[in-house]
Amino acid sequence: MNLHVPADIWQPVSLTLELAAITTVILMILGTPIAWWLARSQAWWKEAVAALVAIPLVLPPTVLGFYLLVALGPSGPGGALASLWGARTLAFTFPGLVIGSVLFSMPFVVQPIRNAFEAMGEKPLEAAATLRASPWRAFWTIAVPLASPGFLTGAILGFAHTVGEFGVVLMIGGNIPGRTKVLSVAIYDYVETSQWTEASVLALGMVVFSFGVILTMMLIEKKMTRRAS
Amino acid sequence: MSTVKVDFHGTLGRFELNARFEVPARGVTAIFGPSGCGKTAVMRSIAGLNRLDGRCSVAGDVWQDEKTFRPVHKRPIGYVFQEANLFPHFSVRRNLMYGHPGPTGPTAIGFDEVVSLLGIAKLLERSPRHLSGGERQRVAIGRALLSQPKLLLMDEPLSALDQMTKDEILPYLERLHAALDLPILYISHDIAEVERLADQLVLMRNGSVLASGPLSVLQADLTLPLALSRDAAVSLDATVLKHDAIDGMVTLAVPGGHFVLPAEPLASGTRRRLRVLADDVSLAVETPSRSTIVNVLRAKILEIRSQSDHRVTALLGLGEDGQGARLLSRVTQRSWNELGLRAGLAVYAQVKGVALVRREEPVA
Repeated sequence: MNLHVPADIWQPVSLTLELAAITTVILMILGTPIAWWLARSQAWWKEAVAALVAIPLVLPPTVLGFYLLVALGPSGPGGALASLWGARTLAFTFPGLVIGSVLFSMPFVVQPIRNAFEAMGEKPLEAAATLRASPWRAFWTIAVPLASPGFLTGAILGFAHTVGEFGVVLMIGGNIPGRTKVLSVAIYDYVETSQWTEASVLALGMVVFSFGVILTMMLIEKKMTRRAS
Repeated sequence: MSTVKVDFHGTLGRFELNARFEVPARGVTAIFGPSGCGKTAVMRSIAGLNRLDGRCSVAGDVWQDEKTFRPVHKRPIGYVFQEANLFPHFSVRRNLMYGHPGPTGPTAIGFDEVVSLLGIAKLLERSPRHLSGGERQRVAIGRALLSQPKLLLMDEPLSALDQMTKDEILPYLERLHAALDLPILYISHDIAEVERLADQLVLMRNGSVLASGPLSVLQADLTLPLALSRDAAVSLDATVLKHDAIDGMVTLAVPGGHFVLPAEPLASGTRRRLRVLADDVSLAVETPSRSTIVNVLRAKILEIRSQSDHRVTALLGLGEDGQGARLLSRVTQRSWNELGLRAGLAVYAQVKGVALVRREEPVA
């Protein structure tokens, strides 16, 4: 096998990392209040919301991708949004990919954070309230630090899952180099065009990356749980 | 006079909660009753952690009524939970300072004072994970105190601890009571703890308040379950008269009589609390002749209550006229009948045992 790394594989790599980073940041901002609400609400219908958030876990990515394509397209809400800055559609654009990734990776972020909030329980927050801490202060000084292993797991899983996504991207992003052509699609492309070297470099990179991510996560989590118990 | 005024009602699991009492906002008020009678629900409602219907005001400040519900973090309370509930990600020092209002706020209770009062100076830089149960609970008490509360709520702070650790913490609580002018509500189902710490008592049973008032009054009330329980006793506030260094005996005065008991030297004029169990008081109609019982006091039978176990519990007033401190005596129905005892009769109370409840009385 030729170990020469072709130059044009860096574009999908950097695009993928950019997509994953932006998606992760948005997911932390959106996912935290959702996880907080799911962990603490008494509403009877909260599990319905939890199920909705979790749907991408079981749904074929092409199904989600199909609905997103409709929603982001010219006649959907995404198209309406895009018309604000004069574009016709959000489909086949980078912002469209971000929206799709956020929805698709949501359960991987919300679930660990929700679990962490639930494991923490009411008691530390009650103690904080009796010490004159406002709910806002208690959230930042007590809940977030105590749930930090959950935040870390959520961030890593959200990032890694976005890096590995394929079906949704293919449906709503297509394959536009530099704009929507991410790693997994690039590998598919290389294989389609029999560029085995490029495909194997990227594939091996993904394997190493995934292994590193999972290992790091497990080690950090182990350390943090030991510290928090 | 400033009081803690509480009136809560609502459903609590299998029974109706209907808790209404008013106690002076000073000293230690014990909320006493069997497990599951609603004590914790009442205390959590005072803190605002639970929301029952009703009213709650402390020293004239309304915390809850029909229109108001002040959130927990705006009530000037300190709350000590059954488990210490420390923040595991902070050091002991940061735990202590978490509720502290900062250099600009009111600081009637100082950091150094609390640290020395609770004996936690050596623990400050440690993590709560490396503390023993007793140390943790002391830090939790300190943390509550440093938030500068106007009312300290303690929900069975010793119940999760073993007897040795309890004995280690009780003196700290007594010092606290003596050193700080802070009203404390203290939940307990352990009468020994109550006798040691409490000034006032709120007696609860099945979600209702049976009675509330000064501890010694409620203990001597024959219509209440305390006086009829197996370990019925009275608490007496006594003044040290003298200490006899030769035989190691201390004489203490209570209204209507004196008690003599072996004890460490105590300064004359200091106040101590005595506890006399009903089972330790027997009755005689004539001056008993030679006996090893040191404390024989004149008393008058004020009230009696026959119990189902063929025993009689009598309420005595010390002194010839029965106007002094109240004692309880428990004798068998048979002895009672043989001696021809009845309410109104002058008798001699033979006290087999009297315990000095270790306690530094607050400086009045």
